[in-house]
Amino acid sequence: MEAHLPILQVVVPLMAAPICVLLRRREWAWAWAAVITWLSLAMAVALLRRVLSAGVISYAVGGWVAPWGIEYRLDAVSAFLLVLVALIGAVVVLYAPASIAGELPRARGNLLYAAYLLCFTGLLGIVITGDAFNLFVFLEISSLSGYALISLGADRRALHAAYQYLIMGTIGATFYVIGVGLLYMMTGTLNMVDLAARLQPVLWTRTVLVAFAFLSVGLSLKLALFPLHLWLPNAYTYAPSFVTAFMAATATKVSVYVYARFFFGIFGARYSFQSLHIETFIVPLALLGIFVASLVAVFQHNIKRLLAYSSIAQIGYMILGIGFASVTGLTATLVHLFNHALTKGALFLSMGCVAHRVGSVDLRAMRGLGRRMPFTMAAFVLGGLSLIGVPLTVGFISKWYLVLAALEHGWWPVAVLVLSGSLIAVVYVWRVVEVAYFREPDPSAPVVSEAPLSMQLPMWLLVAGTLYFGVHTSLTAGVARRGAELLAGGSP
Amino acid sequence: MSSPLVAAAILLPALGAPLIALAGRRPNLREAITLVTGGLTFLLVLSLLPAVSGGARPGAELVQVLPGLALAFEVEPLGMVFGLVASGLWIVTSVYAIGYMRGHHETEQTRFYAFFALAITAALGVAFARNVFTLFLFYEALTLTTYPLVTHHRTPEAMRGGRVYLGILLFTSISFLLLAVVWTWHLAGTLEFTPGGILAGRASPGMLTVLLALYAFGTGKAALMPFHRWLPAAMVAPTPVSALLHAVAVVKAGVFAVVKVVVYVFGIDLLRDTGVSVWLMYVAGATVVLASLVAMTQDNLKARLAYSTVSQLSYIVLGAALANSWSVVGSGMHIAMHAFGKITLFFCAGAINVALHKTEISDMAGIGRQMPVTMAAFAVGSLSVIGLPPFGGAWSKWYLVLGAVRADQMVFVAVLAVSSLLNIAYLMPVAVRAFWPGAAAPATGGHAGLHEAPVLCVVPLCLTALGCLLLFFYSGSLYELLRPLVGL
Repeated sequence: MEAHLPILQVVVPLMAAPICVLLRRREWAWAWAAVITWLSLAMAVALLRRVLSAGVISYAVGGWVAPWGIEYRLDAVSAFLLVLVALIGAVVVLYAPASIAGELPRARGNLLYAAYLLCFTGLLGIVITGDAFNLFVFLEISSLSGYALISLGADRRALHAAYQYLIMGTIGATFYVIGVGLLYMMTGTLNMVDLAARLQPVLWTRTVLVAFAFLSVGLSLKLALFPLHLWLPNAYTYAPSFVTAFMAATATKVSVYVYARFFFGIFGARYSFQSLHIETFIVPLALLGIFVASLVAVFQHNIKRLLAYSSIAQIGYMILGIGFASVTGLTATLVHLFNHALTKGALFLSMGCVAHRVGSVDLRAMRGLGRRMPFTMAAFVLGGLSLIGVPLTVGFISKWYLVLAALEHGWWPVAVLVLSGSLIAVVYVWRVVEVAYFREPDPSAPVVSEAPLSMQLPMWLLVAGTLYFGVHTSLTAGVARRGAELLAGGSP
Repeated sequence: MSSPLVAAAILLPALGAPLIALAGRRPNLREAITLVTGGLTFLLVLSLLPAVSGGARPGAELVQVLPGLALAFEVEPLGMVFGLVASGLWIVTSVYAIGYMRGHHETEQTRFYAFFALAITAALGVAFARNVFTLFLFYEALTLTTYPLVTHHRTPEAMRGGRVYLGILLFTSISFLLLAVVWTWHLAGTLEFTPGGILAGRASPGMLTVLLALYAFGTGKAALMPFHRWLPAAMVAPTPVSALLHAVAVVKAGVFAVVKVVVYVFGIDLLRDTGVSVWLMYVAGATVVLASLVAMTQDNLKARLAYSTVSQLSYIVLGAALANSWSVVGSGMHIAMHAFGKITLFFCAGAINVALHKTEISDMAGIGRQMPVTMAAFAVGSLSVIGLPPFGGAWSKWYLVLGAVRADQMVFVAVLAVSSLLNIAYLMPVAVRAFWPGAAAPATGGHAGLHEAPVLCVVPLCLTALGCLLLFFYSGSLYELLRPLVGL
């Protein structure tokens, strides 16, 4: 059993999804989804512990040895990300029933949770697989179920948002598979480790260059790098709250991970940065993303949309870390994957609580909410402080490594710009704080009470995570550093 | 030397905060908790004094946040002075606040006392920080915990003041101070406060100049121009908050951080040899004079006192920038002397507001008849701030002047002298005209005869005024405590 944990990690939720469809009662579908998610979390934690103590795990699916068969490969980074995805899924699935009861009263629970399990499977699969085409399969699994989940949103615009995401996401996935196809053409293999080795002699051919271009653009679409981010604001705003929280905390992070894996692990840092100088593209785009997205966030009334633009900015930080092409920079990216997942997860869950009680996430409807929903708004403030990067929160750790990486390169303006991004975050977080705490509630609005406990506890779990891992960073920053050294050292 | 007392002293007020919040329904119990917590905290801090005077450096390490970056405390002479001032004056301010908040029928008093306690924890965390990271952490915590205090009244005016407050303090700390902290780590590989500094030989004088600028302007709480506007903006707060901000916690945390960085990160020898801090002398000197000039134009008493504080804080920064033993000792002493002088003045301003509902100086002619004790204390506080014996301010000014002479910067002797004259010009008339209104008709404001502030307001301001006097005679002990700081 132990030896087959890698494949079980993916197969269990995958097979559980159709079973979920058969469970007609919403409560049963939810219970089934929750059990499977928590089981997956247990498996992911077991895998992480094994990797941290024993090193890289390699598993041949179906007994077919790599590079002919599909290999599942876990090193420190991917195991860590596996636990992150499973953890977010586990927390969100606890939050889901009350949230859905409020937002989507007529939704078919069996279909919704089945789609959720498929999305969960896809994301886990992307992280765990060591085969480039297998990654595409899981990418599509997670994307298609993601589109379905987003389209379930109560607002009619959710359908349009899902469609927009579908078009752009499919272009991204198609570019990815074209890139992989070109690489297969030049090397004859799809296994990532083998690809890294066999690419070396053919790196300077035009085909590989084109493959690199397709892969970069395709993945950039998936991770919402400016200016390929256009799908994200609508998708996050109109999706059901728990879907937004889940996807904001996992989907783009996983795509950033794949990006880093390809640039550093497969193509190698020497090719990507010293020859092609990809950083001349991605660093300016990342900085633009940080600035433009943060500034746009300041002017939003819909707080979910504000947080969506904030996410685009945070993804800019992660890509910036990759652009530094140094161990510190990559550490910043990897640690921010985790930190931002916790922070944004908590923030979107708090907005879900607000939507549940107030019926809207518009700033104008949130007047005086600090008094009516003190715990929810307190969670928002703490998440906001992490976005700003106040010490003792996880956000500070990410900012620390980013600025340090910039200083190590001697890139002063970049360090200043990273900190300026924090300042803009202060502005948009404080907008919400002022309305919630300084304004009197609208007399005509119905009096609301605090969100139910089943929604508050998962939210506070993530908030506690942002504070705990802001102080005890040995796990997160330690793994990030190990991963960065592995990847930057050229390990595929 | 690990000592649980250090962490206990810092955390005790924070532990008191939830208790205060819980006792919200019973004001007397709530106030009692505040006073007991304050008393215990002061005693804990005081218990550290013998060890520190004897040369020991008690401390505690809480947790390693990142490899090499620890959340850790260590008490050294300068921190001891600030810690004593902060914890001691908290008790006095709490008594005053009880009188003021009740006399003024203020709302939301529970929130006030709770955040007060949290702010004191932040201030003590700054005082006892062992490294720049811990200092930065508690410095930010101080900004955030004092925000609800500044915006206490929740009026649009308070909100605007709060925006300026938070805006300038967070802007400076994130843009400049955090950059300085990461840069220092990058240069020196450590952030621990070390006698003699950690930057010797690590960077060129040009780089060090920029780094010092980042620290000086990044410490917005030190109110160096042009980042001083938050201080007058914070006047929207209730007066006990202003007393706390302008004497005890926030501003002193700012200048304390500057002096600490100068002594323990750069090292005064390095600064003296390279001349990296000369520009800072001029910025501080300019702030001293310009702020005094602005103070003279203010009719609102709290605004005048705010600009006076901006000016006095730059005395301390000037002392640090002069980078020699005398001036740094003068800076350290001024932290204590100015604290007592200014808190007295603010207490008086609040007392006048509560008793006679007056805020403008032009209305305050002749109020000495109605509030003799308050105005006498005001006179004492003024004389201490001006720097005349027999009040404490004389000694700190003396050492600052000595330091300027020692550093061969005679222009700053002139700056200090001019500033003293300006201080007389904007402080003395308030007290003088209160007792001898002269041609101006005495403004009775409907209360002829004796009408002092509530006793809980008057007693604290008498105590702090007495403190100004006592500090003159006990300045020797202060000097003895601060000597090891600069190796005198």
